Amino acid sequence: MNWEIVIGLETHAQLSTQSKMFSGASTAFGAAPNTQASAVDIALPGVLPVANKDAVERAIRFGLAVGGENAINRRSVFARKNYFYPDLPKGYQISQYELPIVKGGEIRILTKSGEKAVRLTRAHLEEDAGKSLHEAFRDSSGIDLNRAGVPLLEIVSEPDMRSAEEAVAYAKTLHSLVRWIGICDGNMQEGSFRCDANVSVRRPGGPLGTRAEIKNLNSFRFLEHAIEFEAKRQIDILDDGGKIVQETRLYDADRDETRAMRTKEEAHDYRYFPDPDLSPLEVSEKWMGEIKAKLPELPEAKRKRYQIEYALSLYDASLLTDTREKAEYFELVCRSLEGPAPKTVANWITGELSALLNDRGIDFSQLLISGKAFAKLLDRIKDGTISANVAKEILHGMANGEGDADAIIAKRGLKQISDAGAIEKIVDQVIAANPKQVEDYRAGKEKAFNSLVGQVMKATQGKANPAQVNEILKRKLAG
Amino acid sequence: MLNASLNELSAALAQKKISSAELTQLFLDRTSRLNGALNAFITVDAEKSLAQALAADERIAKGDAKPLTGIPVAHKDIFVTKGWRTTCGSKMLSNFVSPYDAHVIERFNAAGAVILGKTNMDEFAMGSSSETSFYGPVKNPWGPAYVPGGSSGGSTAAIAARMAPAATGTDTGGSIRQPAALSGVSGLKPTYGLVSRYGMIAFASSLDQGGPIAKSAEDLALLLNVMAGFDERDSTSVERAAEDYRRELDRPLAGLRVGVPKEHFGGGLAAEVGKAIEAALAQLEKLGAKRVPVNLPSSGLSVPAYYVIAPAEASSNLSRFDGVRYGHRAKEYRDLADMYFRTRAEGFGAEVRRRILIGTYVLSHGYYDAYYLKAQKIRRLIADDFVAAFKQCDLIVGPTAPTVAFKIGAKAADPVQMYLNDIYTIPANLAGLPAMSIPCGFGKDDLPVGLHIVGNYFSEARMLNLAHQYQKATDWHQREPGGIRP
Repeated sequence: MNWEIVIGLETHAQLSTQSKMFSGASTAFGAAPNTQASAVDIALPGVLPVANKDAVERAIRFGLAVGGENAINRRSVFARKNYFYPDLPKGYQISQYELPIVKGGEIRILTKSGEKAVRLTRAHLEEDAGKSLHEAFRDSSGIDLNRAGVPLLEIVSEPDMRSAEEAVAYAKTLHSLVRWIGICDGNMQEGSFRCDANVSVRRPGGPLGTRAEIKNLNSFRFLEHAIEFEAKRQIDILDDGGKIVQETRLYDADRDETRAMRTKEEAHDYRYFPDPDLSPLEVSEKWMGEIKAKLPELPEAKRKRYQIEYALSLYDASLLTDTREKAEYFELVCRSLEGPAPKTVANWITGELSALLNDRGIDFSQLLISGKAFAKLLDRIKDGTISANVAKEILHGMANGEGDADAIIAKRGLKQISDAGAIEKIVDQVIAANPKQVEDYRAGKEKAFNSLVGQVMKATQGKANPAQVNEILKRKLAG
Repeated sequence: MLNASLNELSAALAQKKISSAELTQLFLDRTSRLNGALNAFITVDAEKSLAQALAADERIAKGDAKPLTGIPVAHKDIFVTKGWRTTCGSKMLSNFVSPYDAHVIERFNAAGAVILGKTNMDEFAMGSSSETSFYGPVKNPWGPAYVPGGSSGGSTAAIAARMAPAATGTDTGGSIRQPAALSGVSGLKPTYGLVSRYGMIAFASSLDQGGPIAKSAEDLALLLNVMAGFDERDSTSVERAAEDYRRELDRPLAGLRVGVPKEHFGGGLAAEVGKAIEAALAQLEKLGAKRVPVNLPSSGLSVPAYYVIAPAEASSNLSRFDGVRYGHRAKEYRDLADMYFRTRAEGFGAEVRRRILIGTYVLSHGYYDAYYLKAQKIRRLIADDFVAAFKQCDLIVGPTAPTVAFKIGAKAADPVQMYLNDIYTIPANLAGLPAMSIPCGFGKDDLPVGLHIVGNYFSEARMLNLAHQYQKATDWHQREPGGIRP
C-alpha cells in the first residue's frame, strides 16, 4: 500500500532592520560576542521593550504580499513565551500567540506537476534568542547575546505540501519573496532564513498521521534530505506495524539522518500570556495604505504580465522572476530595445547572463552592464553587426568593464563581415584549398558542407555573417 | 529644617541660609542616628550624596537652580541607580550595582536633587509590611514594635522619622498608599503611565506605578512635577503635555462632589479607622465639598483578581533572575537545572517564591482561562465601576487601609490576612486610576490613620487640591512620631 507524505513548514525569516525587535542595539552579523547586546538585550533589572516600527512595517509588507489587506490583523498582541535557558536573558521570549500580525494568505509554487497554492496559517513577529557557545570552553558554556532580540518573522504554512520537492519549491519561493519585498536578506549561512519541517505520512485521503518536527534546516538541500529521510523513517515504522511518536527531531547533515530531540511529553508549558510591557499593536488603515503604496510589483503579478505583455511561457516568466533584480533587469532591457523580441532577451538573461553571474559569483547589483548597454548588445545581433557567438565574447568584455558593445566591437575588430564581395573571396579560397571536402559534398555528404562553413568562419575569425556564408557557399558549390 | 516643607527648603537654599551640603549632612546625620533602630535604609553612601550636594551648591551659586536643586531625596531600592547598589530588598540582587539610571532617577538628577540613599522595602515589592526584605524588617517610627506598612515602608518610615524630606515609592496594589497611611505621611500613586517604569524593577508590569512620598500634598505636587513625564523607553508611558501639579492647590473645595463608596465601610473596617475617616469627611464638607454616596459593587473581587494577575506577571518578570548574567548564583550545582533551582531557592525569600508559584500555576496550560482570563474580566468590571462612580462625583474618598499598623510578625504567617490589608487600595491599581493617602487622625496606640483619595484618570491636580485644602485646615500631617528620640 502506498503512503502520502504531508508537510507543513515553519520558517523564521530575520527581518532586515538596523536595530533589534525591542531595543536599539545593532543587528549586524559577525560582531565580537556580546558587543551588540544593550541593557534591554541583557535583560538588566528595570529595562523595558519598545517595538521596532521598521520590523512591524516589514511584517505588514509580507502580509500584504501574501494575502492583501485581509491578511493583516489591525490589532495584534505581543505575548510572552516563558522558559528558562541561559541564552534567553529574560526567561521569556516576546512573540505573538493568539493574535499574530498576519493571518492567512498563500504562496503559489511551481513544480514539475504544475502550479499549486500553499496556504499560510499565519505569520508573527518575535525576537531571536542568543547563542550558547560550547566549543571554546572547558566545563562551562559561553553565551553570546548579539543575536538576542534580533527581529524574526515566523511564517507558518498549512500542511499543504505532499513531497520534499514541493516543500523545497515552497521554501525557495518564500525565500525569493522575502528578498523581493526587501524584508529579509535571505542569507541562509548566517541563519537569516531557516525552516522547521512538520512531516507526517498517511493513507491518501485518510486522516493526518502523527507528525515529527525537524528543527533548524538552514539549506534547501538539508530541507529536502531531511524530509526524505524522515518520511522514509516513518513509512518503515508504519509498514512494520509500529506507531509514530510526536516529537521534535534534529537533522544531522553529516550522517544525513534525523534524530529524536524531545518528545511531546517532554515539551515545555510555555505559559503564554499577553506581554504587559507592550500595548497591543494597532495597524491603522492609513499606515497600511502607505506601506501598500510602496510595495513593488510582486513576482506573481509579473509572471502573469510577462505571459501576456511579452508572450513568454510560464516557465520563462518564472525563471525571470526568480529574483526582483533579474526581473527588473529584464524589463529595463526590454524598454531599451530597438530590435529583438522579449523572448530573445529572456533567453539571454536566463542563459548566458545568468551563467556569467554564476561563474563570477556576483548578482545583478554588482553587474557592470547597464540594462541599456545590454539592450544595445542584443540590438547589434539583430542588426547583423555581430553574430550571437561574438556577442557572448563581447558580453564578457562588457562585464569586465571594457566599455559598451560598440566600443568593444571597434577595439577588437569584431564587426561582422556582411560584405558579399569579401565573403565570396574567402569562400573561393576555401573551395580552392579543400578539394576533398568539395568532392565529398558534391557526392552527397552534408557533413562536408559544415566543415567548409567552419573553414570560412575560421578564416574570418568568426566575423562572417553565418547566413551569408551559407548562402554564398551553397551557390558556389552548386555552380 | 527637619520639619520644613520642600518650598521652605528650596527658599532657604536659594537665600543661602543653608547649603545643600549642610542640608544633606543634616539628614545623613539623622539617618545614621536612627537607621539602626528603624532600618529604613538599605544603602547610604554619604560620599556620593555629598558630591551631588556640592554640585547642587555650584548650580545654586550660578543661579541655575530648579525647585528641587540641592534637596535630598530618598529612593526606594527598586529604582536602579547608576553606581549605587540596587537590591530590590532581595538577596538575589545583594551584589547588583546598576550600570544605568532609572528614568525617575534621571529626572531627579536633572532637577539637581541629591540622592540621600536607597530605602528598604518588601522583597521585590511583594508585601504590605516591609517585613519580607532580605535586609530585615522596617520599624514604624510611631512604634518600633509595629510595621510601617509596605512595600514602600522604608520610604514612608524615613519621611515619618524626618530622615528625609522627600522620597520615592512604587505602588502595585497599595505599596505607596498603605505604608503612607500606616506611617502617617502623604503618598501618591499617579495614573498608570504617568511616571515611566524604565529602570523601576518590575513586579507586576500592568499595575506598577512610581510615585512620591512626603509630608504634605504640597510637597507631593512639587515632586510629581519632576517624576511625571513621557518616556519613549516605556511603551506604557503616556504622551501628554507636562502640567504643573501645584496649579490647583489653592482652589476652594466649594461644590466639589466627594464620592463615598459604601463597600469601603463594611465589615473589615476597624471602628477607630472608620471614626477618623468620618471626621475627615465632615471636615471636607465644612470646606464646601458635597458628600455623594457611590457604589463600587465589584470591589470585593479586587483582592482575588489582584492575586491572580500580579503573581502571574511577577512569575514571568522575575524569570530573568537566573544566576546567569548578574545577581546571586548558587556556589555549587550539578548541572544547569540544578544551578537554576539552587540559585532561585537561595536568592528569593518565602513570599517571593510563593507568588512565583501562584503565578506559574495560574498561567499553566489548562488553568489560564479559569484564573488569568477570569481575573482580567473582573479587572474590567472594576474599572467600569469607577467609570460609573465618576459620573456622580469628582473624587472618591474613604479609608486607605482597614486598620492602623499591626505588630511586626502578627500577619507574617497568614498571607491572606496580609493581602486583605490592601483591599481598598488594589481597585485603583486594577483600574489604572490615580490615588493617594494623607494622614487624617490616630487610632489605638497613637498609630496614624490614612485618608484615601481616588481620582479619575489624570486628575492628580484635583486630588492634590483636596488634600492640600484638607491639610491647610488640619495638622495631622505635621504631627511627628513621639517615640523617636535620636
